[in-house]
Amino acid sequence: MRRLIAAASAALVLGLAGLTPAAFAATEGGALPHTDFPHVGIFGKYDQPALKRGLQVYREVCAACHGLKYIAFRNLVALGLGNDEAKAIAEGYQIPDGPNDEGEMFERPGRLSDHFPNPFANEKAARASNNGANPPDLSLVTKGRDGHEGYIYAILTGYEEPPADFALGEGMAYNKYFPGHQIAMPPPLSDGQVTYEDGTEASVANMAHDVVTFMAWAAEPELEERKAVGLKVLIFIGLLTAVLYAINVRVWSRVT
Amino acid sequence: MSTPVPRNKVAQWIEYRLPVFSWMNHNLTDFPEPKNLNYWWNFGSLAGIMLVWQIVTGIVLAMHYTPHVDMAFDSVERIMREVEWGWLMRYAHMNGGSMFFAVVYIHIFRGLYYGSYKSPREILWWLGIVLLFLMMGAAFTGYVLPWGQMSFWAATVITNLFSAIPWIGGGVVEWLWGGFGVDNPLLNRFYALHYLLPFIIVGVVILHIWALHHRRSNNPLGIDIKSAKDTIPFHPYYTIRDMFGMGAMLFVLFVFVFFVPNMLGETINYVEANPLQTPSHIVPEWYFLPYYAILRAIPDKLGGVIAMLVSILVLFILPWLDTSKVRSARFRPIYKQLFWVFLADCIVLGWVGAQPAEGVYIVISRICTAYYFAHFLIIMPILGKLERPRPLPESIHEAVLKKRGPAQPAAAMEKH
Repeated sequence: MRRLIAAASAALVLGLAGLTPAAFAATEGGALPHTDFPHVGIFGKYDQPALKRGLQVYREVCAACHGLKYIAFRNLVALGLGNDEAKAIAEGYQIPDGPNDEGEMFERPGRLSDHFPNPFANEKAARASNNGANPPDLSLVTKGRDGHEGYIYAILTGYEEPPADFALGEGMAYNKYFPGHQIAMPPPLSDGQVTYEDGTEASVANMAHDVVTFMAWAAEPELEERKAVGLKVLIFIGLLTAVLYAINVRVWSRVT
Repeated sequence: MSTPVPRNKVAQWIEYRLPVFSWMNHNLTDFPEPKNLNYWWNFGSLAGIMLVWQIVTGIVLAMHYTPHVDMAFDSVERIMREVEWGWLMRYAHMNGGSMFFAVVYIHIFRGLYYGSYKSPREILWWLGIVLLFLMMGAAFTGYVLPWGQMSFWAATVITNLFSAIPWIGGGVVEWLWGGFGVDNPLLNRFYALHYLLPFIIVGVVILHIWALHHRRSNNPLGIDIKSAKDTIPFHPYYTIRDMFGMGAMLFVLFVFVFFVPNMLGETINYVEANPLQTPSHIVPEWYFLPYYAILRAIPDKLGGVIAMLVSILVLFILPWLDTSKVRSARFRPIYKQLFWVFLADCIVLGWVGAQPAEGVYIVISRICTAYYFAHFLIIMPILGKLERPRPLPESIHEAVLKKRGPAQPAAAMEKH
């Protein structure tokens, strides 16, 4: 029994150690500069104001090249936007639709049920406009890259002048944290690039933090519910197991 | 064992036509189990619970999943985002696979420690190995379904192993693919197989339990049941203990499901499969890592595949490789030590399987692979002859009494 408890607690400790995505951080370019996001950790929740600001950064900066295909406009209500605000954002996009009764394809303003459209018609068009690179969809990037949120933040803030002996390709940029350091995405953020309504300073660091928080939400919109339900489930199953153990001991006390 | 007649009229009607009540009574209620089983004997029932868990969550997922290369990844994301409690079903299934393997591996090592594979339980043991193979098939086909990068490249690497078969290898691989590469036909058949295999597993589990109930459970002393005094009925003693075990296991499983659902998975599987872009290193799930290490330890492709297969097939002849007359490691002072060395060897193989195949890792994987086979093929046969086992207790009952000590009023309670 004691051995079993030891094994179980070892598994738990391992599990809890894994709660910090930084534990598996990519090492290229050294330690990641910022991994301490408030939604990381057992009780972590999304930083709501940062989510809203991150949406703004995505729409005004990233959306020029990057899609967000798994997020529908109706999902934005989870960021604290009113239905009307989400609708207004949707209507700002032209969505291809059709065919209509005449058999023609057409474009119409977005609806709440539409997903964020990709800025490019197809991959070839994306590569043609981006020096041969295909800007990845941002719905799952924090989940699909080693280093997770910390890595995306590092990429957004990791632009530097290349070392003197570094042969940088035509139209490419140097990034401290990108594998191989040569990245097709030009530095996306510069100080004061957006104007935050809530008065937060639009520094590169703040904008990167906000948009990474937003991307984390886009990748795991269920995160807060998952942790909240998980806590209740663990309390319930923990108590149930304790009761079952007590009955078990009681029943077995009869055995000779 | 009595076969009570059910009191309920409807139950009597059924019992007369199909004796389900006496069957259940025989196999679940009155069934005599050794009274000295420890908690390591919980893991068989836990494996059974995980099988049901995987089938239930899996069927729910199958209702929402689309097995097509253009839609599979999106349909999984749809389950995660749009389907009510879809994220819970998927994380429960994904981590449930790991939990299943974890309890099965503990179950197997329990068998190795207490000599549960020895006569008269060889066929019970074989059926267990068949179950392990079937589980590996189910796990592998399931891992391919989300059609992420690692799904695709794992399918590519593993199906390509068949090309090592001399002469017909290339044809076999194309036959498996249903084409000239890993593509939609493979995804379709893997989906079909992933749905089929669990039910074959259920069938073999029934045989496994049949063999178990025929020759009864082994026990920590490894000695046979000699009289009714050595046993206690399955219910309530082991039903309550198995329920407690289930609670404890679910607690661990839920920690993973709700708090670190992706810890055991590969990050890159959240990038959709891209046949034109190979990931920097391809690793299987943790439960396949030791075999992967053995595969890569052998410098020849065909040799590696054979070694990997033999690493499990060797378990079939273990009942005869182990020449010791004594089952339980408790009474085998040297085997008791070497068991832990072997376990450590398997864990190191798992660790090295996750490392890149270069430099010192290759050396480590070769040493550990050599030791893995030496354990079965050299150590087990020789040790059984050389080792002097400690004396076995007369009976389970006697050993249990001795353990409790004279302070217990054992004699007074022995009347019943």
